[in-house]
Amino acid sequence: MNIQEYFELVWTDYTLRTITLGTAVLGAICGMLGSFAVLRKQSLLGDAISHAALPGIALAFLITGAKDSGTLLLGALVSGVIGTFWIRGITSKTHLKSDTALGLILSIFFGFGMLLLTFIQKQPNANQAGLDKYLFGQAATLMESDVRLMIIVTGISLFVMLLFWKEFKILLFDADYTKTLGFNTKFIDVLITFLIVLAIVLGLQTVGVVLMSAILLAPAAAARQWTNNLGTMVLLAAVFGAFSGVFGTAISASQNNLSTGPVIVLVAGVFVLLSFIFSHKRGLLFREIRFRKNRTDLKLMKTLQFMYGIAQEHENISHPHAIRILNNFHGFTKSSLKKLEKEGWIAIEGQQWAMTPKGYKQAEEMYNQKTT
Amino acid sequence: MSSPQIEIQLIAAIVAMACAIPGVFLVLRKMALISDAISHSILPGIVIGFFVTQDLNSPLLILLAALTGVITVVMVEFIQKTGLVKEDTAIGLVFPVLFSIGVILIAKNANDVHLDVDAVLLGELAFAPFDRLLVGVADWGPKSLWVMGSILFITISLLILFYKELKVTTFDAGLSSVLGISPLVMHYGLMSVSSVTVVGAFDAVGAILVVALMIAPAATAYLLTEDLKKMIWLSVSFGVFSAISGYWAANFLDASISGSIATTLGVIFLATYLFAPKKGLISVLYRQKQQRIEVSLITFLLHLNRHEEESERHINHLQEHINWQAVRARTVLDLAEKNNLVEIENNVVSLTEKGLAFTEKSLEYIISNKDEKIEPMKEDFFLFRG
Repeated sequence: MNIQEYFELVWTDYTLRTITLGTAVLGAICGMLGSFAVLRKQSLLGDAISHAALPGIALAFLITGAKDSGTLLLGALVSGVIGTFWIRGITSKTHLKSDTALGLILSIFFGFGMLLLTFIQKQPNANQAGLDKYLFGQAATLMESDVRLMIIVTGISLFVMLLFWKEFKILLFDADYTKTLGFNTKFIDVLITFLIVLAIVLGLQTVGVVLMSAILLAPAAAARQWTNNLGTMVLLAAVFGAFSGVFGTAISASQNNLSTGPVIVLVAGVFVLLSFIFSHKRGLLFREIRFRKNRTDLKLMKTLQFMYGIAQEHENISHPHAIRILNNFHGFTKSSLKKLEKEGWIAIEGQQWAMTPKGYKQAEEMYNQKTT
Repeated sequence: MSSPQIEIQLIAAIVAMACAIPGVFLVLRKMALISDAISHSILPGIVIGFFVTQDLNSPLLILLAALTGVITVVMVEFIQKTGLVKEDTAIGLVFPVLFSIGVILIAKNANDVHLDVDAVLLGELAFAPFDRLLVGVADWGPKSLWVMGSILFITISLLILFYKELKVTTFDAGLSSVLGISPLVMHYGLMSVSSVTVVGAFDAVGAILVVALMIAPAATAYLLTEDLKKMIWLSVSFGVFSAISGYWAANFLDASISGSIATTLGVIFLATYLFAPKKGLISVLYRQKQQRIEVSLITFLLHLNRHEEESERHINHLQEHINWQAVRARTVLDLAEKNNLVEIENNVVSLTEKGLAFTEKSLEYIISNKDEKIEPMKEDFFLFRG
């Protein structure tokens, strides 16, 4: 099956439609909530939470024996929340820094999860085959009920986000001010973090614990490059996330032996790379172009200023001078002279140049003008 | 104990030691998460190295994969430098992408590579003794023992050689530049050692446990001491202890050894986190509670000192005046009385001589904010211990 066939089949094939819808919804909610994670400098919290969710899945299975994703994800949610609060406890009550706390919780919870998983695998009654998929994710195992759960959770998060939009926004940019305004910052903080945990847990089945953090971060990091407006960023991140989900699923479905998670991550990574390079305001390419343009402009102005200095010494400012005398001054080239002439600041005749009144005025006011 | 059992424990202990040493410096330099990033992003390096060498323990593969680790660090720093995203986002973007490339490389070449992602991520210590180093016909023991042994040896030699330099660059990069020690060289040196250690260890214990072995012992030790040498010794001991007791726990439960070692590390950390004498949660909470009471006590004494008239010093009046709840007022009053700072007559509270002297001293401290004034009081008060 190639990609074209895939897109033809999406509309008719039930399984493909379910999976595509699932990854698209997942990408959208992760992009949406990931924007907050990225702006709150909690990018790596996602990584820690997704790893910390693993023992919850295993314990939920051990206790209930259930295999339906609802129960297991509930376990993941509980253990993710415990991990998050432990991280907060470590950073606020001890002198250990957040990076240590994150790495610690991440690796210890994951290790404990692995202990439980291997323990489960050796149980005689183990109909456990489904648990492995939470490591790397298996979009193919998505069922209609899972997708419905995703859509409901996305709807609720969207509703909560819109309801608390003002609070989220103000907490994001000025936490102290928010507190002085009388908002319950702790509650808002916990609410945002809880939503992020929710999004992560939702994605575990599709993308797996190891790569989940990238789905959270990448669309948001890409969207950040295009706008300085929070609303636009959240929207853009959701769109990027959804597209990564759809394209990732399409590519992995059209090839053999490709799990969906890594492909979605790579697609999202391409989005980030393109945004880094081509964003019109912050992108590296345009930054370099702007940088070069500024440098040429600066040289041009230096030359003009030098000419101004010479012209000042003559009564007639338009008195012609030989181009030769500029030679001991770097920053002048044939093209820069041409450019100066094109601006109407100097007039060139043969081997001589003369300043125009316009150019004289320009040079005179150079230090007074506002940046244009 | 059979000989493979001894060998497994030996490998686990050596891996734990080799990880704990760079781990201490990563934690102190606030770069603990770099170890997480490296442990994931070496995957493409390992896969490509495996295509070339066909041997998971070959030194060439270890170097190739370690190079990927250092490249990760360079990439993260490059993205940070552009200022387009924050540092943590840069880490979070780079390693999943590299890891994904590794996973896809394995998946696409599944038939040629006897390497699966689970093994890389989780490792299997139990199989380590089966891959043996044969010289001629002689059996020199498990290969990973030799690999990790050499890495440990190199790490320890570098640690002894550059201990002073590492210490200075870790705690005061500015000073080290002035002294002519390049923080940059030390930084990349540490990154290289960490990369090599992670690569050498992943085969035995898996990529995630490497992170646990690096961070957890160092974090635990950091809660117990602030002396670098002690911290290194403590981390190494915690690492080795967890490795060996984790092995026996896994043996008992019949479950993954690496998972069990990580869990042991977690339990040790949890215990230290709760009960560490100075930095532990319980002692921190106790200290905070004491400080709160002591602030109240001083406020209370100052209030008494300020008011000569009896009506202002009546117990009931005090309660409504300083606006405390009954319980808190009771605690503070008891504390003051027990220390002979106040005496109560006919429900009127007045300062004793000792209380007066104390109040004067506190006032002087509050006004002058000089530490020497309270030096003698540090013994009795949590508040002044900083």
